[in-house]
Amino acid sequence: MSDYIIKTENLKKSFNGEFVVKGIDLKIPQGGCFGLLGPNGAGKTTTLRMLLGRSPLTDGTMEVLGLEMPKHARRVRHDVGVVPQSDNLDPDFTVVENLEVYASFFNIRGDVIKKRIKELLKFVELNEKAGTRINQLSGGMKRRLSIARAMVNEPRLLVLDEPTTGLDPQVRHLIWARLRELKNSGTTLLLTTHFMEEAERLCDDIVIMDYGAILSQGHPKQLIGKHVEPEVVEIHGELETLPKSLIRTALDRVEIVGETIYYFTDDPGKIIEQVENRPNIHYLHRPANLEDVFLRLTGRELREI
Amino acid sequence: MIDWRLPRMRYGMILVWRRNLLVWRKLLIPSLLLNFGEPFLYLLGLGFGLGRFVGELDGLPYLTFLATGLIASSSMNTATFEGLFSVYTRMVPQQTYEGMLATPLEVDDIVAGEMLWCATKGLFSSSAILLVAFLLGAISHWQAALCIPIFFLTGLCFAGPAIAVASFSRSYDFFNYYVTLVLTPMFIFCGVFYPVTTLPEFAQSLVQLLPLSHAIALVRPLASGQELSQVLIHLSVLLSFALIGFYCAVALVRRRLIQ
Ligand SMILES: Nc1ncnc2c1ncn2[C@@H]1O[C@H](COP(=O)(O)OP(=O)(O)O)[C@@H](O)[C@H]1O
Ligand SMILES: [Mg+2]
Repeated sequence: MSDYIIKTENLKKSFNGEFVVKGIDLKIPQGGCFGLLGPNGAGKTTTLRMLLGRSPLTDGTMEVLGLEMPKHARRVRHDVGVVPQSDNLDPDFTVVENLEVYASFFNIRGDVIKKRIKELLKFVELNEKAGTRINQLSGGMKRRLSIARAMVNEPRLLVLDEPTTGLDPQVRHLIWARLRELKNSGTTLLLTTHFMEEAERLCDDIVIMDYGAILSQGHPKQLIGKHVEPEVVEIHGELETLPKSLIRTALDRVEIVGETIYYFTDDPGKIIEQVENRPNIHYLHRPANLEDVFLRLTGRELREI
Repeated sequence: MIDWRLPRMRYGMILVWRRNLLVWRKLLIPSLLLNFGEPFLYLLGLGFGLGRFVGELDGLPYLTFLATGLIASSSMNTATFEGLFSVYTRMVPQQTYEGMLATPLEVDDIVAGEMLWCATKGLFSSSAILLVAFLLGAISHWQAALCIPIFFLTGLCFAGPAIAVASFSRSYDFFNYYVTLVLTPMFIFCGVFYPVTTLPEFAQSLVQLLPLSHAIALVRPLASGQELSQVLIHLSVLLSFALIGFYCAVALVRRRLIQ
């Protein structure tokens, strides 16, 4: 047994000879929230599927809940909850029936599950929808039900694949609050996202990956400190009216994206004094965030997968 | 790269079967209407209508001959359609299996559970026709009750191939090939409507390779009170199709779902 809830070494996956996960080492401690960040196609879902024993490894070794995988996949899945990237709730059943039938797959006794389902529906604020059919639920309700469903077996590890993608801010904040509660009660969370705010709010430790490889790992604040300068000045407007020297002499990092200039700097004052009071120039001064790190590491080109 | 390891049979298959039973129970009334209504019309229309011209076949009144054929083929049709359309629906658009595979269930449990369910539905529909035939007076022998396990076996026999076909389909349209090239020929040529012995010799031996002939060879004498013959051969053919079908279906569904 190790202290890590997940430990992988040189985890690899190829489809038709093409590697989409290229040797990943992960050490995820018990407790807390671990984030797997990366653009579309980075290999996040594939990595999760291997961790759950849903997808055979091409190479490497891994342990989940202290058990060698995929050998012990069934035992591991007994103690893990999964919220899939796209909901696969059972449309033939109502909300409550979905939970009851899913619980039966874990061999949970009927009287135990009745009580648990009541608590879970309250937890995700769906108690009024108990008898509703799935196709009458909104996207946010479905996702909340997926989270409740993933918890019927009281998992030690909850795996969430892009839990808030495509949801409105109200639902997103409700889900974040619930996930924080779970984390505080001792459940280990592993989530993937390409939503930086989510990672910054929830995660204690983050891995940023792209093209199947890990680019960096650490606490969000640590990553910001390591990869970008602490302050950002964004400038847009009639850029041609700016003195050329401003761009040329800036010692700090400058990125020009479309009609906007980004200055990453330790000393924003010296840039601001040159751009303020110019009628056709607008600027925004803000602290650097995880999104800056993400874009710095994964580049700005579009991923349309 | 197909995983041909032998399938394991576990309690999980009962859980999968139970899930389907719970869904079916919610749609009980329309299912029963289909189960009872259709054979009733068939037997009434064809049995009595054609029966006037045909008289007796193989020593049975035509109504009885037809009813016993339809009873046997109904397990085949029901299990096949469940194995094709419903399994495909749960596998692809509904992603039901994706959800199940995040639990301790495995592909083996899912396929075994689905096969049990296909066979159960086959049993329901054949039994419904048996009852209708009994009410219409086409069947009066107590021995008919012994058919019920044969219905289940017939369902198992056709469930495996259907699930296997569903596992490599890209859409529902693909099932037209299987239905037209495999299912319908059996329905027409295996002795549902007329005795196999009326076929040309070579066709008769061909038809003996098809499982429906063997299901009918068991159900018809049992239901009509005639003497059974070659029971072991008929049972072995059905059982072999069920086992080989199960094995192939598991391997092919693994290929589809475990990537
Ligand atoms: N079953 C599969 N067959 C072939 N390629 C796949 C399969 N699953 C995923 N991929 C490919 O692997 C890469 C990583 O996909 P995925 O893990 O889903 O990325 P992410 O979840 O980070 O968006 C993508 O290029 C995707 O097209
Ligand atoms: Mg993904």
